[in-house]
Amino acid sequence: MKAVLKAYRYFLLILLFDVAITFLYPSTGRIIWNHTYANFAHMLSFIPPVFLLLGLLDVWVPRETIMRFLGEGSGLKGIILSIILGAAAAGPLYGAFPIVAVMAKKGVKYLNIIIFLCSWSTLKIPMFLFEMSALGIKFALTRWLINIPGILAIAYIIERCIGPSAKEDFYRYHTMES
Amino acid sequence: MFTVFLYILALGFLAFSAIKDPKKTRLALNKSLRSFLNILPDFATILALIGVMLTFLSPQIIATLLGKGSGFLGMFLSSVVGSITLIPGFVAFPLVKSLLDMGAGIMQMAVFVSTLMMVGFVTAPLEIKYFGKRETILRNSLSYIFSFIVAIVVGLVVGG
Repeated sequence: MKAVLKAYRYFLLILLFDVAITFLYPSTGRIIWNHTYANFAHMLSFIPPVFLLLGLLDVWVPRETIMRFLGEGSGLKGIILSIILGAAAAGPLYGAFPIVAVMAKKGVKYLNIIIFLCSWSTLKIPMFLFEMSALGIKFALTRWLINIPGILAIAYIIERCIGPSAKEDFYRYHTMES
Repeated sequence: MFTVFLYILALGFLAFSAIKDPKKTRLALNKSLRSFLNILPDFATILALIGVMLTFLSPQIIATLLGKGSGFLGMFLSSVVGSITLIPGFVAFPLVKSLLDMGAGIMQMAVFVSTLMMVGFVTAPLEIKYFGKRETILRNSLSYIFSFIVAIVVGLVVGG
């Protein structure tokens, strides 16, 4: 019980704030609850299948298979695959984090993990289609294309600057998880 | 639409897995549930935080903040708002469109869209949990700088 309370302490703090606002400014409070409810509804709509797939992937796909495609020595193919995997995604950035945890556990190369994360953040195809219809093909396509070299540069710099100990911590943390 | 596809995919694999090896399937379900419950407190915090943020930084307020600014100061303001806020694409793009129609600069809007997607101020605590502090600071600050390059290129190509 105490552990649960501790884990949810920030969440409960925000809810407390929401309740206070609701008492002081009922109309603003209502908007907060509406947004919060919508956020949870959205998360709960797409997160269950993601975790389901991750659990199945973890159990069924051997580490060696993933390593061959995305691990050390996967080279250019691994980079391209990481971009495609990120771009094929949908959903907010926090949806990528649990996937990264499994990737780390399965021995995906650090560079590829960062490329995947960056690609997810800004290259998502469903988002691109939406951007195109709202802002025009010139705007959306230019942004999409310039992002590819940008993502690669960002990922290489992070890989260079992160240092071996931080990288080790990252892999150790996610291997320990289960 | 995409969510439906995701459910079909997940349930299809689950059925296949259950037929092939019930024991392994139980293990997979266990892992799924455990990793979900592990991260739920952080997800809940961030979703609640976004709920508060969306209320005080509503699309209307963002519009008044971004509509007027021009030049580098406008770009800077747009980048800050884009980094802090976390609004879904289906709200953001129509908002940007209406701002452009109202006369907002293309570079200011490009830097806003780019930081909105790449820089996550609200999600930083969660990113730190998964990636560590160094990666989070590096990725977000590099993405922030890169968003200005995006804005300049988009500005040159689209014009205006």
